[in-house]
Amino acid sequence: MSCAVHCSALTKTYPGKPPVEAVRGIDLAIDEGECFGVLGPNGAGKTTTIEILEGLLEPSSGDVSVLGLNWRDHGARIRQQIGISLQETRFSDKLTVAETARLFRSFYPRGLRPDEVVSRVGLEEKSNAWVKHLSGGQRQRLAIAVALIGDPALLFLDEPTTGLDPHSRRQLWEIIGQFRSQGRTTLLTTHYMEEAERLCDRVAIVDHGRVIASGTPRELIAQLGGHHVVEFSLTAREGAEQPPSFWIDLPTVVSCRHEGMAIHLTVTQPHRVLPALVERLERRGWELASLVTRHASLDDVFVTLTGRALESDVDSDDEEEPHE
Amino acid sequence: MNELPGSYERRQHPFVSLIAARVREFIREPAAIFWVYVFPLIMVLALGLAFRDKPVGGFTVVVQAGAIAEHVRQVLTDDGRFRVSVCDEAESRRRMRTGRAELLIAPGADSPAGYDYYFDPTQANSVLARQLADAVLQRAADRRDAVTVRDHAATEPGGRYVDFLVPGLLGMGLLGGGLWGVGFAIVDLRLRKLLKRYLATPMKRSQFLLATMTSRLLFTIPEVLLVLLFSHWLFGVTSQGSYWAVGFLILLGTFEFCGIGLLVASRAQTIEAVSGIMNAVMLPMWIGSGIFFSPERFPESVQPLLAFLPLTPLIHALRSVMLESTSLVSLAPQLALIFAWGGISFALALRWFRWN
Repeated sequence: MSCAVHCSALTKTYPGKPPVEAVRGIDLAIDEGECFGVLGPNGAGKTTTIEILEGLLEPSSGDVSVLGLNWRDHGARIRQQIGISLQETRFSDKLTVAETARLFRSFYPRGLRPDEVVSRVGLEEKSNAWVKHLSGGQRQRLAIAVALIGDPALLFLDEPTTGLDPHSRRQLWEIIGQFRSQGRTTLLTTHYMEEAERLCDRVAIVDHGRVIASGTPRELIAQLGGHHVVEFSLTAREGAEQPPSFWIDLPTVVSCRHEGMAIHLTVTQPHRVLPALVERLERRGWELASLVTRHASLDDVFVTLTGRALESDVDSDDEEEPHE
Repeated sequence: MNELPGSYERRQHPFVSLIAARVREFIREPAAIFWVYVFPLIMVLALGLAFRDKPVGGFTVVVQAGAIAEHVRQVLTDDGRFRVSVCDEAESRRRMRTGRAELLIAPGADSPAGYDYYFDPTQANSVLARQLADAVLQRAADRRDAVTVRDHAATEPGGRYVDFLVPGLLGMGLLGGGLWGVGFAIVDLRLRKLLKRYLATPMKRSQFLLATMTSRLLFTIPEVLLVLLFSHWLFGVTSQGSYWAVGFLILLGTFEFCGIGLLVASRAQTIEAVSGIMNAVMLPMWIGSGIFFSPERFPESVQPLLAFLPLTPLIHALRSVMLESTSLVSLAPQLALIFAWGGISFALALRWFRWN
């Protein structure tokens, strides 16, 4: 299978005082036909990376090839074969959905019929509505429609569902899934781990401008050792303050960490750890305030790798590119 | 790659569809329509009426009560060009001092049959009132003219304020159109990240820029026609020179201010920045380029500077063609300056322009 997107030793430093190293050496190889997710908290360098791959930013160093071509010599050819949805684009308020689609269609020498794309994203009823009157989810679907209009082999989506309600999010997932089922390639960024698990064949977890882990969601979760998480909290302060080593010897526990007042155990066999846990609590006279068991997720992978929770990370200022 | 579901069709040319989109956005924006098409007409109407040329006359004269007062009042009132009132000394002085009278006539201090005139030598109307009133009174006292003279009224279209104003307003429209319609519009697109989004498509940048200019020109044509027709219908304003020459100047001016608009927009990253730059660019031209009054009213020392502003040569050329039927050939220096402003602005804008 050939490579749809390839980059190696990619860096991007924005000049400034001090200079901002948004990307510090990223290697990616995305196969044709797969849906690849770049995950990470806000400010990790996701947008900078994807915009370099889209040909919108010059990297400070490193090599990029898209569909086997490089941007310097074949920019026009690449642009004809890719579709893009930026993190935030406000289309003209006073053009209708259909007019916006027709406008963008005219930019591509070959592509789909505007009405067909509009109905593919479920906006046919809004076809004659001004963009101004669309909801957030509808605008995002229009952005995807515009990305699809040139009938691309490769789709770049930068945080396609950020800020959307669950219903709109699921609608977008369907559209992306449909694109993927045609054998096309998708590269998306997200900071929702659930989104990556649902949509992506493979993911790269990015933090501070570097890839800190990559693989299929299943592989990454498997790296945790256990596939299950037991999450509990105690009413007794004494119990809550025990160090992780106090819990690690329970049967099948792979790792243990505190998150606020809650204790997270990564385990391989929940049915063995639970009776032992309950017995230990009874012996000490500590009561459970809450207890949850669930499958391990990419969130757990991120926390294990960085020691930080992903979605609570609000350090969002450098996702906005500093301007020269 | 799979063969795709989805039919292909002939597409519109991107140049045409970009213009169509711009036109749609424009006509769906009532505020834009008002400022571009209605506002200049209001200016023509308001300023044309306010500075309507009236025959000189209606001088306000106050006559100090006394022996001569009734005679003077009679003579001046019969002449018809004076508004005369008779007051006591204190009231007469007060009226002069407060500017409610332009001339005070008092009995002569030296000879009882003569008059003393009080007037303000710095006020044209005051001086005129004194000269006219004196001539009328002298003639009434039997002075004979030395030679025979005859007066002819020579008020012709072309010499009125509204004739002077219309070329100025046309120039102002081109200035505003270029800066708002190109400069502001492009910064707005950049802020909405649409410019970046366009950049990510195979559409050529030159097509985008050319389409922006062309749509500007399309909006300008009705604007110019409306001002010309409206001022002709209301005030009988016409061009003494050829309308082809006027059209050529409009085209050249559109080019010039599209270039300047593009330059203003080339780097600005915020609405505040572009608004500030636009005001800094437009204000000197509003005042100094002769939209409402001739730049020659400014002191000699700033004249070369004003003549160099982008709008000054354009308004000068429009006025020369419309009022004096000057040929474009003899306006070559102005045309060259306009062209240079446009060309240099374009060149710099294209070099500095930021798409994202």
